[in-house]
Amino acid sequence: MNSRLGDVIINRHVIMLDISSHDIVIVGGGGAGLRAAIAIAETDPQLSVAVVSKVYPMRSHTVAAEGGAAGVHLDDDSHDEHAYDTVSGGDWLCDQDAVQAFVKEAPLELMRLEHWGCPWSREPDGRIAVRPFGGMKKTRTWFAADETGFHMLHTLFQTSLKYDSVTRYDEYFVTKLLVDDGRVQGVVAVELTTGKVQAITAKAVILCTGGCGRIFRYTTNAAIKTGDGMALAYRAGAPLKDMEFVQYHPTGLPFTGILITEAARAEGGYLLNKDGYRYLQDYDLGKPEPTPVLRSMELGPRDRLSQAFICEQEKGRTVEGPYGPVVNLDLRHLGEKTINTKLPFVRELCLKYENIDPVSQLIPVRPVVHYMMGGVHTDVNGATPLPGLYAAGEVACVSINGANRLGSNSLPELLVFGARAGRAAAAYAADQPSPSRRLLAGALEEDARLNDHYLTKSGGRERIADLREEMQRIMERSAGIYRSEKSLTGTADKLYELQERSRDIRLDDRGRLFNTELISALELSFMLEIAETMVQSAMERTESRGAHQRTDYPARDDHKFLAHSMVYRDAAGRPRVEYVPVTITRWPPAERVYGREMRNGE
Amino acid sequence: MASRITIEVARYNPARDHEPGVNSYEVPLRKEWVVLDALNCIKDHLDGSLTFRWSCRMGVCGSCGMMVNGVPKLACATFLSDYAPGPVRVEPMRHFPILRDLVVDTSDFLMKLARSKPWIIRKVEKPMDQEYFQTPAQLEEYRQFSMCINCLLCYAACPIYGLDSQFTGPAAIALAQRYNRDSRDEGASERLDSLSNLEGIWGCMFFGECTQVCPKHVDPAGAIQQYKLTAATEWLKAMVLPRGAK
Amino acid sequence: MAQSHGAPEGCEVTAMINPTEYLPKSYHRRMSTYWWLARWPYLKFILREASSVFVGWTVLLTLVQIWAVTRGPSANAAFHAWMRHPLMLGVNVIAFLFVLFHAVTWFSLMPKTMVIRVKRQRVPDWAISGPSYAAWVMVSLGVAWVVLRG
Repeated sequence: MNSRLGDVIINRHVIMLDISSHDIVIVGGGGAGLRAAIAIAETDPQLSVAVVSKVYPMRSHTVAAEGGAAGVHLDDDSHDEHAYDTVSGGDWLCDQDAVQAFVKEAPLELMRLEHWGCPWSREPDGRIAVRPFGGMKKTRTWFAADETGFHMLHTLFQTSLKYDSVTRYDEYFVTKLLVDDGRVQGVVAVELTTGKVQAITAKAVILCTGGCGRIFRYTTNAAIKTGDGMALAYRAGAPLKDMEFVQYHPTGLPFTGILITEAARAEGGYLLNKDGYRYLQDYDLGKPEPTPVLRSMELGPRDRLSQAFICEQEKGRTVEGPYGPVVNLDLRHLGEKTINTKLPFVRELCLKYENIDPVSQLIPVRPVVHYMMGGVHTDVNGATPLPGLYAAGEVACVSINGANRLGSNSLPELLVFGARAGRAAAAYAADQPSPSRRLLAGALEEDARLNDHYLTKSGGRERIADLREEMQRIMERSAGIYRSEKSLTGTADKLYELQERSRDIRLDDRGRLFNTELISALELSFMLEIAETMVQSAMERTESRGAHQRTDYPARDDHKFLAHSMVYRDAAGRPRVEYVPVTITRWPPAERVYGREMRNGE
Repeated sequence: MASRITIEVARYNPARDHEPGVNSYEVPLRKEWVVLDALNCIKDHLDGSLTFRWSCRMGVCGSCGMMVNGVPKLACATFLSDYAPGPVRVEPMRHFPILRDLVVDTSDFLMKLARSKPWIIRKVEKPMDQEYFQTPAQLEEYRQFSMCINCLLCYAACPIYGLDSQFTGPAAIALAQRYNRDSRDEGASERLDSLSNLEGIWGCMFFGECTQVCPKHVDPAGAIQQYKLTAATEWLKAMVLPRGAK
Repeated sequence: MAQSHGAPEGCEVTAMINPTEYLPKSYHRRMSTYWWLARWPYLKFILREASSVFVGWTVLLTLVQIWAVTRGPSANAAFHAWMRHPLMLGVNVIAFLFVLFHAVTWFSLMPKTMVIRVKRQRVPDWAISGPSYAAWVMVSLGVAWVVLRG
């Protein structure tokens, strides 16, 4: 009955379980997770920190961020101006107390990263250089050529290797949060290599798992962005906030969805329709100038630029490419030298994936899903309403991004709130008793669930990829840049049907060892649930604000909706939406203006 | 161009197999498709048990290193049409133990990376609100070595690592050089102590294959030879100059 | 410690607390003894390294020649006769080719080890190996002139 250790054929009589214990568990090893780990290690080296990631940390999606990280730097800039740009960019849905704290700490965090070795691009005299960016009135975006996220992530990862108190669980997939006694006390994770199910207990858990772009058909996001942390928190009873706000980045490559950084426009790129016309001037984004003007035209906010694309498409003025409509990004006037110094990665990507040299040719681009403004609801210290549960980075919604995030705000967000959540979790953990070993039962249940629902289940007719592709198609078509009650209701019904069908999934891979098909099935289940929360939140917000545009309710309604949507999972597993007001401290809601002065003067 | 192409994939499941075998699949041949698209097509629609690592699909995360027709490549940056009419042979990266199908055990590299001390080492830190000035010329000194995405194609190409896995390897040494050359770092002698030995820089025989396969043009071979020059100079200085003098 | 809740009916569950690390049977591929024949770059490398043997041979030959010259005309003549033997000629032709190969590979690798910058741009490889070739040719011509003019 007892199988030899080494005989890996599934044997119902031997279940591989394990339990380990740390003071704090961080789920996700990207920018926010690593920053949180370092913050804890520096605050209190006695605390043992576990970083549990389904991929090796240097594979985390932070690595793909390109353009830059904003932090007030020049003398003519101020924290208030950065805050105002962020608040107006977010269409007044940002919590202003959080934004004010964020803009103050952002430059300090970016400087700390410089001390840790991040190769920020420099002025000739050796000072940190900054570049203009979309939606920002002043120049304040720090950058490392056009691979800022890559350099930040590797700097954080390599620096984290210094600390003995940080233990990494590489390629462990977290399937569930362990909740006991009303507190989150750890996670259950599958070790990919062996299939072992492990309970990793802790006094506090920080979710840093990123967003969920893979719910949509076209996205800049990597395969791993499947909303894991959001679903884990949601299922454990924590609310998700502002889930209807999905950011489309205006310039992604067609077919692959690969990101062409906003920095290309910041350096002076133009967006042209099929007539070679800079069409953004028709959408109240200012007048076209030969060089970039801050907060105007191509440096407008991402939601407005993406919406302009859809309008151009409806007017028949987009270029019909082999993968659907595109517009052209023109970098030719920048010259080879500028492109090679400031945008080398853009050039490499265009050459490789489109066979196009931006130095002499136009780049076809279209809006693609890029970022989730919404996420797990937290306060300014990363704490969720569930005791012991924290969140930071794209998975969280503090909210500093409101209804639309400005480019180059998300990288400093990782650092500022990663550090805050780390410190807050450390302070909380200091007062908590050690988790009980009976939490191993949670691992046992999860193991049984994986067997019963996936590995040893007989029958099943659905393929994971079919369900996933259907979800992506319907979300893109009906819950994309423009939504309506009709399109959303249809989507909700379809998602419900997909969830039913997902109970009938058949896996080809029924083993335990490195079963990535099982992981895909678990990720699909996370994504379907999150998609449902997005659609429900979008249906109930009957206004248009920032990235959430309703064709049936085109105006912003501050009277009813100057509030965050909070979605809870009810007893039947369905989403229930409530509203909490936005925190306004200094800037009352005003008209959101780009490319011109406000009509009543500012 | 033909409309389909055959992919021969190495398969290995420790639960069933004593050694790796090969499965053949036929997939569409589209001009924009990379090897990764073919693998995903197989996994999604033909055989869900095919196991491989991937994430960003744009050549920056370093997950999808594999042998394509015997050459280490990133699956997301290798176009199928370059191999038409095929077949295309896809195998796990050489010189690493195979865990499953195309997935190899890379934990050895993580250990070696830590040994290179890839972080800024300084005796005295500047205050946190002041930057270390670093001119573009100083940045250029190490920028190339900082581009490493840890894809480990260089290890798959290095015969020394294949013959002796004690060898620290191209990427780990190049990353040590990245910090040695960083004007903000003061840890060069500490790293030299741990890398100036037969498992470190002196194990390298300058095949140069690592540089040939590197998708980010890091030139690890160049980094190691430059490091050897530095090490030799330091040794000479230590011989010639009295102890303690610099 | 055994727990039985949640386990399938009739199934004895052994839950292992902190088991020893269970490693699946990862497969270790052995490198073939003839790995260096599999790819041209590897073969080129082995030939490059092997060329040092012929460099050594040429040095030895030169030393023997110098010794023969210092020993007087008969020793010198004996040495020359020995050198004219077809076998020696054959070996020396091969040695000469290898020495050339050695020099060419040396000059092409040398720039990789040196980072010389002029105005922030790295000096290209040919600017380092070019002058080296030129110097090699000049020195060779000089030596040839000295040796052959007598």
